[in-house]
Amino acid sequence: MGLLSDPNRRRALISLLTRLNAPICVVCYMAGVAWFMGLAFEPFTLRTYMSENAMGSTMVEERFPAGERALGTGREFSAHKKKAGGMPVDWLVKTMQSRGLEVFTQRFSRRLPFPDEDKERYMVKGTNVYGILRAPRAPRTEALVLSAPCSPGDDNNQAVGVLLGLAQYFRNQVFWAKDIIFLVNEHDLIGMQAWLEGYHHTNTTGMDWSPLQGRGGSIQAALSLELSSDVVTSLDLVLEGLNGQLPNLDLANLFYAFCQKIGVLCTTQGKLQRNDWDSVSGYSHAVQTMMLMVMKQASGRPWGDHGLFLRYHIEAATIKGINSFRQYKTDATTIGRLLEGMYRKLNNLLERLHQSYFFYLMPSLSHFVSIGYYMPAFGLLALILLLRALDLWIQLATPPPRTEDGVADAEQMSSPGVLSVLTPLVISHLTGVALYTLPIHFQEIAVEHFPVSETEAVVLTAIAVYTAGLALPHNTHRLLTGRGTENGWKVLKLVAVLYLAVLLGCTALINFSLGFILALTLVPVAAFVTPDVPKALSAFIMVILSPACTLLFSVFLFQELQEMPVSFLDGWMLYLSVISQGILDHALYGSLVYPLVALLVYPCWLLFWNILFWK
Amino acid sequence: MAAHRCSLSALLLIICSLLVFIVADSEKATLTGDHHATAVDNLQTVTETEEGAAAEEPAVEEERRWEETVVEEATADKEDTSAPETVVQSSVPQPKDDFQEELVIRPLHSGDIYASFQFRTLWETDFMRGNKVSHYRLFPKSLGQVISKFSVRELHISFTQGYWRTMQWGQPFLPSPPGAELWVWFQDSVTDVDGTWKELTNVLSGIFCASLNFIDSTNTVQPSASFKPLGIGNVTDHRFLRYATLPREIVCTENLTPWKKLLPCGSKAGLAVLLKSEKLFHSSFHSQAVHIRPVCQDWQCKTTSWELRQTLNVVFDLHTPGQGKLEWSLFKMFSRTLTEACPLASSSKIYIDITDDPQGEQFEVSPATHLLSQAMVLGDRRTFSVYDLTQQITFGTVRSLNLLIRWKSSEGDMLRPLLHAERYVAGYGLQTGEIHTLMYNNHPYRSFPVLLLDSVPWYLRLYIHTLTVTSKGKDNKPSYIHYQPSKDRVRPHLLEMLVQLPPNSVTEVTVQFERALLKWTEYTPDPNHGFYVGSSVISSLVPSIVAMDTNSTREQPLFSSFFPCKEESSYFMRVYTEPLLVNLPTPDFSMPYNVICLTCTVVAVGYGSLYNLLTRSFQIEEPSPGLAKRIANIIRKMRGVPPL
Repeated sequence: MGLLSDPNRRRALISLLTRLNAPICVVCYMAGVAWFMGLAFEPFTLRTYMSENAMGSTMVEERFPAGERALGTGREFSAHKKKAGGMPVDWLVKTMQSRGLEVFTQRFSRRLPFPDEDKERYMVKGTNVYGILRAPRAPRTEALVLSAPCSPGDDNNQAVGVLLGLAQYFRNQVFWAKDIIFLVNEHDLIGMQAWLEGYHHTNTTGMDWSPLQGRGGSIQAALSLELSSDVVTSLDLVLEGLNGQLPNLDLANLFYAFCQKIGVLCTTQGKLQRNDWDSVSGYSHAVQTMMLMVMKQASGRPWGDHGLFLRYHIEAATIKGINSFRQYKTDATTIGRLLEGMYRKLNNLLERLHQSYFFYLMPSLSHFVSIGYYMPAFGLLALILLLRALDLWIQLATPPPRTEDGVADAEQMSSPGVLSVLTPLVISHLTGVALYTLPIHFQEIAVEHFPVSETEAVVLTAIAVYTAGLALPHNTHRLLTGRGTENGWKVLKLVAVLYLAVLLGCTALINFSLGFILALTLVPVAAFVTPDVPKALSAFIMVILSPACTLLFSVFLFQELQEMPVSFLDGWMLYLSVISQGILDHALYGSLVYPLVALLVYPCWLLFWNILFWK
Repeated sequence: MAAHRCSLSALLLIICSLLVFIVADSEKATLTGDHHATAVDNLQTVTETEEGAAAEEPAVEEERRWEETVVEEATADKEDTSAPETVVQSSVPQPKDDFQEELVIRPLHSGDIYASFQFRTLWETDFMRGNKVSHYRLFPKSLGQVISKFSVRELHISFTQGYWRTMQWGQPFLPSPPGAELWVWFQDSVTDVDGTWKELTNVLSGIFCASLNFIDSTNTVQPSASFKPLGIGNVTDHRFLRYATLPREIVCTENLTPWKKLLPCGSKAGLAVLLKSEKLFHSSFHSQAVHIRPVCQDWQCKTTSWELRQTLNVVFDLHTPGQGKLEWSLFKMFSRTLTEACPLASSSKIYIDITDDPQGEQFEVSPATHLLSQAMVLGDRRTFSVYDLTQQITFGTVRSLNLLIRWKSSEGDMLRPLLHAERYVAGYGLQTGEIHTLMYNNHPYRSFPVLLLDSVPWYLRLYIHTLTVTSKGKDNKPSYIHYQPSKDRVRPHLLEMLVQLPPNSVTEVTVQFERALLKWTEYTPDPNHGFYVGSSVISSLVPSIVAMDTNSTREQPLFSSFFPCKEESSYFMRVYTEPLLVNLPTPDFSMPYNVICLTCTVVAVGYGSLYNLLTRSFQIEEPSPGLAKRIANIIRKMRGVPPL
C-alpha cells in the first residue's frame, strides 16, 4: 500500500501501466492461453483420489450373477416395446411388481415451443414407471436412483434389462439402508424433467405431469444407465449437466475405482486414457479430452439423463456402454457387478457427497484440474479488461496536454452526457431482448410468409435479428447528441469493458468453460477496438469474433475433436440445429446459455461494435 | 367465530370422551370375563367380541368347521370360566397383580409376516398416596419408582426402527413413528412440569439405554387435542402433557435388553424366549413400546390399578420371488420354538390371524388347533386360531411348539387403507422449501374429521400465512387451528388442525418454510446428512369397514343388520407420516472454508488501507521550514517584503 500512497511512485506506476498497456495485455492473453493449455499436461495435474471416507476404505463384494437373465429381460422388454409402440407400461409395472418393488407410474405431457427436428417431436405425451425398493428398517428419508431411458427404436433395451435384473438381485439383499428407486423414463430428458419436478413438486418449465404417489425421501445420488448392446468394450462416464453443473468428483472417482477393480475399460468423453503423457501425441490426447469436456460444459445442456438431477443438488452421472471393434469385451454380468458395487458404496454414505470438488476439469479419468488451477487462466484474460479499463480511466481523468483551445474542449469532454452512454446501452439491450423473444413469437408469421418449417423459421429469425442488430445501433447516438465526441466513446468503452469483465467473471464462476470460451474471443475485441482503427478490417475481425461465429467455430472444433470432421455445409446444418437445440433447452429444461448470450453477451458485443463506428 | 370455536371444542370433547368411554368399556370387557381376546387390541380402541360371543354365533354361521368347533369351544369355555376363578382366588389375598402374555401373528397382504407381542402387568396399588410402595412382585420396580417419583399419570414410550408401510401391510395394531416417541401425562399435583419432564427423560434414558436425554425444550410440545389420556381420569388440561419425538434415534439390541428385563420372566420362559435380537433386527420393521396407565379394576370403577403394557411388533420379510407358496414357522422366524408358558402368567396365548382364508385354501396351519376366536380389530372383524400355552396339550408329544404356516402370497397390487398419509419436502435450493402433507380418505361415501399434529423444529421457519389446505381442488378450511410459533433455540413450531376429509379424496396441507442459518457450533458432526423433522401425527375416528358393507355376503340375522351398530361404526386410528430429512445451508467445514475465512480476514484488514487510497487525495507537502526561517519570514512580512 505504501507503493500506492506515495504519489511519485504511484505516478511512475501509472505511467508504466499506460505506456506498456498494450504489451502487457498481449502478454496476459498469451499467458492465459498457455496456462489453459498447460492444464492438460499430466505433471501439472493431480491424480484423482477418494475423499469420502464412507466410500473409501470399506470393502464390498460384488456378486451379481444374472447378467444373461437380465439381457433376456431386456429382449422381452424390447418385444413389448415394439408391440406397445412406446413404453410398455403394463408389462413394466407387472415385471417390477413381481420383483418385489412398490411400483408407481407418472403421466406427463408437454407441447414444445416449436417442433424438435433432431428428435422429431412436438407434442410429447408419455409415462414414467418407477419402482421403489424399500430398505428394511429405514424410515424413508434417503433414496438412491438408478434410471434407464426407454428410447425409441432398439436403443437402451439392455439398459432396462440390467436395471430390472439389478432390481431383482437388490431386493434379496439385506444391507440396504437407503431406498432404491428404479426409474424407466420415457422421452429421455423430458420424462426425467417431469419425474424430477413431480418428485420435488416444483414447476419451472410449465410442464403437465401427474403427481407422484410414492417417494423415498431425499435423493442422495443417481446414476443413469445407457446400454444398447449385449456386450460392451468400454464404459463411458458422462458428467456434464444442465448449465455446466458437474456432480461431485467423488462420483467419478467411485466409477473409476470400480472399473479398475473389476477390470473394465473406462473412458471419459469417449477417450481412453493414455500413459505416454511425455510424448506429443499423449499430450494432445489429453488436450483433446479436456477440450471436449470444456466444449460440452460450455454448451450448458445436459449430456445425459443425469444432467437434470444436478439442479436438485443430487449427485448424478450417466454411464454409457460403448461397443467398438476392440477385442476385449465386457458382458452384462460384469456391468451389473460394477453397478452393484457402486450402489453398495453409495448406500454406505452417511452424508451427501460433499467432500470432493464440484468444480473441475478432467484431462483423463484418473487426473483432474481443480478450480484453483484453472481459474488463473481465466483471471489472466479478465486482467486485460481491467488494465484497459484502468487505462481509459486515466485517459479520461487527465486532461489532454493541449493548452490553447483546451479550456473549452476540456469542459465539453469532461461531461459527455449520460444520454450518449445510456442510449447505445439501452438500444443494444433492446436488440438483445428482440433476439431473445422474437424467434419463438414470430415463428407462425414466418411460416406463413416463407417456405420454411417452424424450426427453420425460429433459427432463421434468430440469425436475422442478430444480423439486423449489427446495423441498428451504431448510428443511434447521433440521434441525441449530434456527433460522437472523443470522450463519449471512451466513457462508453469504459462502461462496456467493465460490463464485460463483470459479465464474464460471473459466468466463469458458474460455468468456467463458457466464461473462458467467451473471454477468448471477446477480450481481444474489447481490448483493441477504437473508432480510430481501420474500419473494414476491424469490422471483419469483430464479426469473426462475435458470439455467433464463436459458436460456429465451436461446432467445427467439437466435430474435429470427436474425430468426426464435417464438411462446411454439414457444419452449417449442424450449426442451425445447435441454435434450435439451445433455444429448446432453454424452454424445456431451463438452460441459461441462450438467454445469457441473447440478453447480455450479445448486447455487450454490440456496444463494442458501436464504438467501432463511433465517428 | 366464538360460537364456532365453542362448537368445535364441544366436538373435541365428544371425541375424547367417546374415546375414554370406548377404552374404559374395553377394559371392563377384559376384566370381567375375557382373558385372551385382547390379543390384537389397539391401545386406543378395543372393541372386541369375546369368545363367548363367538360361541353363540356358530349357530347362525353355516360353515361346518364352525360347527365342529362348537364342542371344543364349549370345553374351552368351561376351562376358561374355571380358570379366572382360580386366578381370582389366588390373587385376591396375594398382592393384587396379574400378568398376561400373548403373541399375534398375521400374514400380511404383501407376503410378509407380522408378529405382535403384548405383555400386560396389572397391579392394584396406588403409587401416589403417601405410603411408599416398596414391595414389588410382577411390576418392575424401576418403572414403579419412576411413576411415584415423577408423579406420572400416564407414560407412553416407543422405539421404532423402520416405517410402517400402510399401503402394503394395512394398519398396525399399535402405530408408532420411526425413532423414539415419548408422551407423558403428569398428575395435576406437579408444579414444575418442565423440570419434572427434563428429569424424567434423563431417567428413562438410563432405563432404556436410549438417547432420550436429547429431549429438551426445542423438541418438546404440548399438543392441545391430539394426545388425550388413554387411562381413567378426567383431567385434560394439556399443561400436564409433554410430547416429544426423536426421529433420528436408532433402535438396537441395547434398547431391547433393558426392555426384556422389565418382564416378570425376563427372556427365560414364555413368549419372551422368542425375542432374540439377531432375528428381531433382521426384519423389515421393528418397534418396541412401553405403556403405563391407570385403569379401572371393576365395573363401578371403585378401585383403580396400574397397567403396564409392553409391546413389540416385528415384520419379517419373506420375499422369495417366483415361489407360489410361502412358508413360515416359529423356528424360521425366531430361531427358537416354544416349550412353556411363563409360569407367572395367568394367560399365555398365541393368535394366528386366519381371516383372509375362511376356506382353508390359502393357509395351512400346523399343528392344527380347534380354538377359534373372533375380534373386532380396527373396524374389521377378524378370525383367529388360538393356541393356549398354559395347556400342556398344545405342545404335543415333542414338548415344543413350532407353529408352521404355508400360504399363497398375493404380491403386487397395493392396499387402499381407509386413511393413510404421506409427507415430503418440495422445492429445491437451500433457501426455502415447502412441506406437503397428503392425507388420503379412501372411504367411498363417508367423510370424517382428522386431527393433524405437526411439530417442526425452529430452524425451519414456517411461513404460516402460506398454509393451505386443499381437497379435491377446493380450499378446505380447517375448523380448528392451534398454532404455537417457534422461538429460536427455545421451542419448536406446533401446528394442530382439525380437518374434515371428504370421501374418496386426497387432502393436501402445504406450508412454506425458510431454512435458518445455524451458528457454527450448532451443526451436528454430520451436517451434510441433513436435519430431521419428526413425523406428523394424524388421529381420527375412522368409519369401520364392517359398517361399510351394508349388503354383507356373510349371512346374518336380518334383525341385527339394519342399523349399523354403534360400537363398530367407527374406531380410533392414529397414523404417522414419514419423518423428513431436510438439508440446511451448511458451510463447507473443510480446508477451502478455512481458506475463505482467512482470505476474508486478510481482505478485511487490507480494506482500510485500500479505502484510504481511494478516498484521499495525495499532495506533496513542503517540508516545514526551520525556526530561523519562520522568524525571518515574520520579519519580512512586517517589512512588507515577500517571504522566503
